Amino acid sequence: MGSASSMLTQYDIEEVQEHCNNLFSQQEIVSLYQRFCQLDRNSKGFISADEFLSVPEFAMNPLSQRLLKMADGLNFKDFVAFLSAFSTKASLQQKIELIFKVYDTDGNGKVSFNDILQVLRDLSGSFMSDEQREKVLIQVLGEAGYTRESCLMLDDFIKVFGSSGVNMEVEVPVD
Amino acid sequence: MPWRETRKQMGGWPSCFGLRGEETEQVWRKRGRDSDTKPPKKPSKSRRKRIQFAENEEDDEALKMSTTGTLKPSSSELDLDRPNIEDYLPSGSSIQQEPDGKLRLRDLLDISPTLTEAAGAIVDDSFTRCFKSNSPEPWNWNIYLFPLWCFGVVFRYFILFPLRVIVLTLGWIIFLSSYIPVHFLLKGHEKLRRKLERLLVELICSFFVASWTGVVKYHGPRPSMRPNQVFVANHTSMIDFIILEQMTAFSVIMQKHAGWVGLLQSTILESVGCIWFNRTESKDREIVARKLREHVQGADNPLLIFPEGTCVNNHYTVMFKKGAFELGCSVCPIAIKYNKIFVDAFWNSRKQSFTKHLLQLMTSWAVVCDVWYLEPQNLKPGETPIEFAERVRDIISARAGLKKVPWDGYLKHSRPSPKHRERKQQSFADSVLRRLEEK
Repeated sequence: MGSASSMLTQYDIEEVQEHCNNLFSQQEIVSLYQRFCQLDRNSKGFISADEFLSVPEFAMNPLSQRLLKMADGLNFKDFVAFLSAFSTKASLQQKIELIFKVYDTDGNGKVSFNDILQVLRDLSGSFMSDEQREKVLIQVLGEAGYTRESCLMLDDFIKVFGSSGVNMEVEVPVD
Repeated sequence: MPWRETRKQMGGWPSCFGLRGEETEQVWRKRGRDSDTKPPKKPSKSRRKRIQFAENEEDDEALKMSTTGTLKPSSSELDLDRPNIEDYLPSGSSIQQEPDGKLRLRDLLDISPTLTEAAGAIVDDSFTRCFKSNSPEPWNWNIYLFPLWCFGVVFRYFILFPLRVIVLTLGWIIFLSSYIPVHFLLKGHEKLRRKLERLLVELICSFFVASWTGVVKYHGPRPSMRPNQVFVANHTSMIDFIILEQMTAFSVIMQKHAGWVGLLQSTILESVGCIWFNRTESKDREIVARKLREHVQGADNPLLIFPEGTCVNNHYTVMFKKGAFELGCSVCPIAIKYNKIFVDAFWNSRKQSFTKHLLQLMTSWAVVCDVWYLEPQNLKPGETPIEFAERVRDIISARAGLKKVPWDGYLKHSRPSPKHRERKQQSFADSVLRRLEEK
């Protein structure tokens, strides 16, 4: 599936579907492909950071830079795999994995106090001081049984989120 | 006065205008942060999810407009399309959906609402949809339609196109041979000269329209030449101007272009009196505002303004800039709707130059559109210019069957201002700090 064709064959769709663990239906993959081609203006086969940021709704999002690092330069297959955590069929585990990945910027499987602080900084901007953020974090970590020096792993995240589930679904418009 | 008598639906249009049916597309809505409704586990069955709200650069007024709710629609149909701005105040974190309750680690770690918004924007967003041109659907897909289509292509390119070029050339010859003498010989008689020049501009515009086989249906009373009024219309392509100018010699405010278009602008359009602006210069705004005001009070031909500021694909309208609505005069809305069966008149300036766009028009079958001249509107007591602009946008969108989106058209060329993000951040921070206090 190169950058040139704007038509997907059945083989292509099945390949992408397999790559995203069947979390999207074939129709959704076709829609996503149309969207991918729409965003990728000069058909280079991936969407550049600039093209992502040309969507104003995305550019306004406080976590856009983090997501950009994860989504920039992906080809279509990986793009779909990236979005698969937002599918209605994705499991809680998969969603929490994505959230974990957003926190764990260096990809070492551990989320430190500072990692969480960084995300908090993105979310609250200049409306909270660093001291306030640290204080809040230390307090809630303490109540959950962690300290400032603890490093959270994926299992910790799963435990914290518990069984109440995470509401993280995006519906792909199917024409 | 026929206008005043039938003040019923649609902010007082005479009922003879009728109403265009609603299109079948649903407007996306985002769940607001109502504390008594739980966020749904599964997304709603309707396909469209949300409209994000981004205000004009003129910030707080727009927000004020939403929160005080002074924009009252004049009919139930308008309700469906107006985005409920209360819904789109930032709800960037799950914390807000449980307004009471102690802050826990889970609440801080749960960034899913923000991530969902971002992913939703990647998958589909209302802003990009405004500028999507129709992909030409090939109807020549089988053995008997294909030769018909080939015949059509031959006819369009080798018979219609040369004919149109001839018509246009003829038009230019007639125009120039009349315009140049009038311009130079009648220097002393300003009024007469101006009148003749305007007639000639209307003439050349008619030739242009004929060169695309334009079938334009005008509805409503023709614009009258009197001071203290300004005309506003939705914008799909530069040909909007030509179609309107064919009927009335409006004066116009435009971005100065390069090339042959710029040449036309600086020579011929001077006779109808034009105002130039430069989108990229911020100081420019005050100068332009002043020039607008001077024109409205002084000149005798009305000004035509496209408040969207950019070309939109004729299925949506983006937010109107308030400049035209704070001049202290009445605003006459004009709605333009193209029939896309014949040709997609949307000029996607990112994809093609104006010359290519014109050539595309000249090799199509026809340009068919409807133009509605609507009832003049005035600023209501207690209404801000932004509210006024939105009200007029409602009227135009309803008449032409367009969807409204709450985006600023200039976002095509620039990024949203950081204050949108800051608003979300502030809301998050306030919520965290508040819940921290609760024990």
